[in-house]
Amino acid sequence: MADKRIDEPTGTPTVGHEWDGIEELDTPMPRWWLWTLYLTIVWGVVYVVLYPAWPLVDRATEGVLGWSSRGELAEEMSVVDQARTTIREELARIPVERLPENSELFAQAVAGGRSAFQVHCSQCHGSGAAGSQTLGYPNLNDDDWLWGGDLKAIEYTLVNGIRAPGVDDTRTSIMPPFAGAFERSQLDALVNHVLSLDGRGTSSSAGAQTYRDNCSACHGVAGEGNRELGAPRLNDAIWLYGNSPADIRAQILDPRMGRMPHWSGRLDPVTIKMLSAYVWSLGGGEELVEVAENPTVEVDAEP
Amino acid sequence: MRNRDPGRASSAPPRREGGDRDWSVVVEDGRAKTNEPVSSAVAEPEATTLRHEPHEPPRQQLPTKLFEKRTKVHNKRIDGPFRRFKWFVMAVTLAIYYGTPWIRWDRGPYAPDQAVLVDLANRRFYMFGIEIWPHEFYYVAGLLIMAALGLFLVTSAVGRAWCGYACPQTVWTDLFQHVDRLVDGDRNARIRLDAAPLGPGKLAKRTFKYAIYLVISFWTGGAWIMYFADAPTLVRDFWAGEAAPAAYITVAILTLTTFTLGGFMREQVCIYMCPWPRIQTAMMDEKSLLVTYKDWRGEPRGSVKKARRNPGEFGDCIDCLQCVAVCPTGIDIREGPQVGCITCALCIDACDRVMADIGRPRGLIDYATLEDCEKEANGEPTPSPYRTLLRPRTIAYFLIWGSIGLAMLFALGVRNHVGLSVSPDRNPPYILMSDGSVRNSYTLRLRNMESRPREMEIAIDGLPGAVMWTDMGGRDAAARTQVKTVPADEVLTVRAYVVVPEGASTQDFDFTVTSRDE
Ligand code: SF4
Ligand code: SF4
Repeated sequence: MADKRIDEPTGTPTVGHEWDGIEELDTPMPRWWLWTLYLTIVWGVVYVVLYPAWPLVDRATEGVLGWSSRGELAEEMSVVDQARTTIREELARIPVERLPENSELFAQAVAGGRSAFQVHCSQCHGSGAAGSQTLGYPNLNDDDWLWGGDLKAIEYTLVNGIRAPGVDDTRTSIMPPFAGAFERSQLDALVNHVLSLDGRGTSSSAGAQTYRDNCSACHGVAGEGNRELGAPRLNDAIWLYGNSPADIRAQILDPRMGRMPHWSGRLDPVTIKMLSAYVWSLGGGEELVEVAENPTVEVDAEP
Repeated sequence: MRNRDPGRASSAPPRREGGDRDWSVVVEDGRAKTNEPVSSAVAEPEATTLRHEPHEPPRQQLPTKLFEKRTKVHNKRIDGPFRRFKWFVMAVTLAIYYGTPWIRWDRGPYAPDQAVLVDLANRRFYMFGIEIWPHEFYYVAGLLIMAALGLFLVTSAVGRAWCGYACPQTVWTDLFQHVDRLVDGDRNARIRLDAAPLGPGKLAKRTFKYAIYLVISFWTGGAWIMYFADAPTLVRDFWAGEAAPAAYITVAILTLTTFTLGGFMREQVCIYMCPWPRIQTAMMDEKSLLVTYKDWRGEPRGSVKKARRNPGEFGDCIDCLQCVAVCPTGIDIREGPQVGCITCALCIDACDRVMADIGRPRGLIDYATLEDCEKEANGEPTPSPYRTLLRPRTIAYFLIWGSIGLAMLFALGVRNHVGLSVSPDRNPPYILMSDGSVRNSYTLRLRNMESRPREMEIAIDGLPGAVMWTDMGGRDAAARTQVKTVPADEVLTVRAYVVVPEGASTQDFDFTVTSRDE
């Protein structure tokens, strides 16, 4: 079989095999083809010398150039950080309530806030900031704010947290537990009155009386709430811990009160500012009440 | 290399000596597939004894070489109708390639005024009056399909005309061969110069020649990047060292590839590297136009003198080898159809000239189909070769090709220059507001494909009682419609909040967009 011979018409040797009467010519490689092969071999050797190549037990050979994909990533990240410094510097300078005036910077802040939110806030408030009624984390998309929903109020909450232990300026309030304070019928009447505040059920004079005596100091006569104290509005459709009679009863007898960590010292002021802008932009953000109308609110002058 | 293709043997007369049984089977098969007259011509013993192969003496020993050296092609200058046509095609294609980016096209102040521009940074593709956005990439896909079908169409009609005249490799090879001729002289001078030792004269010529190669290559690479940026600005930036690194890298790579592929590899690209000849070979049939040597007329070969001495014994071919000398791929067409032949028809020009000189009819080498060859060899009349343009296969390709083109034109004509895409927020799916109303949010993308800013009105269609506001307007502006100004040639992304009052029934609704300036 394997007898090489010269193919007559072409003068080329055959490879010496025959398949069904067909033979293959042993045509030599073109010179450039061979050189390309040699070049790839040389390239392979050069590559192994220059770059990380051979896997070892816990790392790879390093290569004389000292290149690594991690190093390259770190370099790229620092380039991105560099590019961001101007934005961060500008953000550091501008007071948070003036942000919406600069729509470009505001958009940057919202974008930065969105990613910071996913890292630091989504664990409780959810990746869409919808919160959780069962766990008592507020929905940040709606327009109901326990402690105020303008940019300054949001930033304050982020910095100091809510009922955060060891933070002097944290927002704090206590709803007293009323377990054992009411007769059964009194409690039922009270629950009915609270339900009637947002338009459900009918109140009785006894219920209204109990409410006035025990609850109106914080929650307001008409259930309008009090942001100074963080007392929730009772005359709206949003109920942090549920709106069924049983939920309301439970909240009266043994109230749950949420906590939020403070972020000052853990996040830099610029990130907190960006987070404020993001939360504010979710659709429920409130306008800052202007100084003229409300002298107790200060709007920082532009630096 | 080229001359050792086994398929070639199908029409080459086999040598007598040492005829092997296996081989003759192959020859017989191949011959049966082509045409009868070949075998009858071959059957004459004189036909083979007269065979003259000065360029490739048969080998008798098993060569031990690992590679074979390329036989350099020194093709000779020739003039004739096909050469002139080749000049014409070369001028047109090069003019299109180098010139197109410089054509201006006024699109107003908001769009670039370059007629053909692939604007990768802004993801726009401009072609005269047409502007293509990324979501319309199917137009580009359609163009690519048309290009492929166009090749099929051309191949079925006129064989490898693409290879012979219009392929960039052919055009640039031709250009570089002209440079060779200009600097080193024609065929014989070049052969002499190649054989000569490297002296100052040869060195000077070589340097000069490669410098011209380099200039052409550089210019070729430079023209390419002009399609991707505003040409005049890019030229200035390029020389000022301010163009993007990608521009310099692209020019460097294209200069290098043009220099090697056009200057040195030439026909090897066609024979070894290009897949198209292989596909084309499979697409040819007995009705395809090929450059063909009419061996029933030419064989046996003999000089004019011999023919005069022995009337009736010799064919028309006088074995002057002019057809081989002019061939840009350096093959001998008299060995039959072969993959190395790009059907540039220069050998037709050469042989016609020889025939005119010795007073024999032209067309010993000519464009013909295998079917016509058979007829002609049998002495039957042959119809005009143009008839191959009008056969069912060609017409079918043309109809498919044309209908894709028409469909694309139609789609271009009726396409919308205003667009809206809506993606509802699913996280959270809806939001309850303190007054009991329900709010859904949507991300709207308003597309303005015209090169002027346009006012667009988004409206809620359906869902009674609903109002909307956007992140670019504020809640005070809540209404059933919102008006946005979309910048020229851009997509404006708007978040829209749609609110229905408490107790409203839920139902489907549409967003509609209308441009207010129409
Ligand atoms: S140019 Fe014509 S005559 Fe001369 S060798 Fe070629 S085919 Fe024969
Ligand atoms: S054989 Fe003739 S047609 Fe074919 S490439 Fe050579 S010159 Fe051109």
